[in-house]
Amino acid sequence: MTAPDVPLPSVARVFRSRAVVELKEFFRQREAVVFTLMLPVLLLVVFGAVLNFDLGNGVSFTQYFMAGIIAAGILGASLQNMAISIATERSDGTLKSLAGTPMPRSAYFVGKVVQVLAVTVAIIVILLLIGVVFYGIDLPAGSDWLTFAWVTFLGSASCTLLGIAISSLAKNGRSASATVTPFALLLQFISGVFFQFSEIPSWMQTVAAFFPLKWMAQGLRSVFLPDFMAAAEPAGSWEHGRIALVLVLWCIAGLLLCVATFRWQDRSTK
Amino acid sequence: MTRSSAAVRPRPHPGDPLDPAAAISIRGLGKRYGEFVAVDDLDLDIHRGEIFALLGPNGAGKTTTVEICEGYRARDTGDVRVLGEDPAQGGRRWKAHLGIVLQSNSGESQLTVRETVASRADLYPDPRNPDEVLELVGLTEKARVRGQALSGGQRRRLDVALGIVGRPTLLFLDEPTTGFDPEARRQFWSLIRSLRELGTTMLLTTHYLDEAEALADRVGVISRGRLVEVAVPSLLGGRETAPALITWTEDGVRRTAETATPTAFVRELAARFPGEVPDLAVARPTLEDVYLRMIGEGR
Repeated sequence: MTAPDVPLPSVARVFRSRAVVELKEFFRQREAVVFTLMLPVLLLVVFGAVLNFDLGNGVSFTQYFMAGIIAAGILGASLQNMAISIATERSDGTLKSLAGTPMPRSAYFVGKVVQVLAVTVAIIVILLLIGVVFYGIDLPAGSDWLTFAWVTFLGSASCTLLGIAISSLAKNGRSASATVTPFALLLQFISGVFFQFSEIPSWMQTVAAFFPLKWMAQGLRSVFLPDFMAAAEPAGSWEHGRIALVLVLWCIAGLLLCVATFRWQDRSTK
Repeated sequence: MTRSSAAVRPRPHPGDPLDPAAAISIRGLGKRYGEFVAVDDLDLDIHRGEIFALLGPNGAGKTTTVEICEGYRARDTGDVRVLGEDPAQGGRRWKAHLGIVLQSNSGESQLTVRETVASRADLYPDPRNPDEVLELVGLTEKARVRGQALSGGQRRRLDVALGIVGRPTLLFLDEPTTGFDPEARRQFWSLIRSLRELGTTMLLTTHYLDEAEALADRVGVISRGRLVEVAVPSLLGGRETAPALITWTEDGVRRTAETATPTAFVRELAARFPGEVPDLAVARPTLEDVYLRMIGEGR
């Protein structure tokens, strides 16, 4: 290079800039907000109103559903959101354009992670508010909050990484949406989001156990349900150790998949 | 032939060393996709401060060549230096000196035009003022409009804005005016000329011959991955010395003649006719004639 170079902008500044971009891109897009944020809220409102029956021992289904719908909300904010938005940005050239700038490539992912965090926190806060105000949900107490935090963190991290990896399989945003949305819905049905997990046929339970959502829902049930309900779980306990293990393994697998498959450009057509 | 002294340095010969002073120096560049040879043994130097237009039909290798220079694609053979560095190894500092306008439009953003340009400026060490950039590309009135609400031509201008906001030393423009109406193209041309005044080197690919002629200091014609010719636009294909075509009507018959001395020929004709020579026309090959002949020979 010839001229004396002005130093590159600080990494912190670029991270902040990308985070702001990602937040605006999400919260200004009506479809994303409705689909990712409002759908779990609507489901809670409808299920809470229609299926507010007693599971026995004074525990309402809404209390049970609270854990599941939060897990589903986390899945939507991370896996579905990442898979669709990154596939879109890859096929429309946004990623390629960014790759041609001096932006440190990590900044793109930092922006996405900030977006996932913001959306996740927003979903959880709204769901808890509605649950408490309209359906008399019992909030977690004491160390349950800690469990809430780490299950959310590990679940969100593994699903974000998985979403980024899945984005590379799709041709564009629309095809990503067409693949990931039914997949997520199916997972929700067999992972104990809409029905009690113990009511689901055991082979479906086994399939669900391969994926993160089942473990996220189980971890959140341990937060929202009284401890005697652990007896209804497949293992007869909340299995915190196994939940952490499976989610950490998914984080590692997701990260490896991302590193192996991530592309900044569409597959060359020539 | 006297004008050829005004021509810029001739193109490099195979085997010449890379030119370290050039903005872009390419030797023996080759790239295949499977069996398809996209770029075949290409040699080219683009000098600092120059506007160079790469002309050629679709699939001729324009975009492949440009994207190798931008660092997007790996080359198979040959050597390339862009601003003194190998683009295959260009780091963030190197990229800070480049501006890239890709062939495809940028996506449907929820950000406003101004936010988009400002957030891109954040990535560069010494960016231009986003408002000045919007003024330059003629998007000031659209500053508060979201990207997704722009028309195709406006979006293309936004792409150009994103390409220049980092104050590039070298600007790549891959078919920048495709989809522009004539007025938008004229505006774009004056933008390119004002960037030249600021000393920006530009490599432009285009389908439009008039665009190359209006903007470029030199034109390279690429066909089937080979650089057929490099010249200043007025000299391309020996255009200035090519025989003129003279047509007229004599005894009710349309006649044509090719001549290197059209003035003398017309004087002779004038002597044969009492008044006006019927249907007289004198034509030089247009850039388009020359271009079509060249890409035809390349096939």
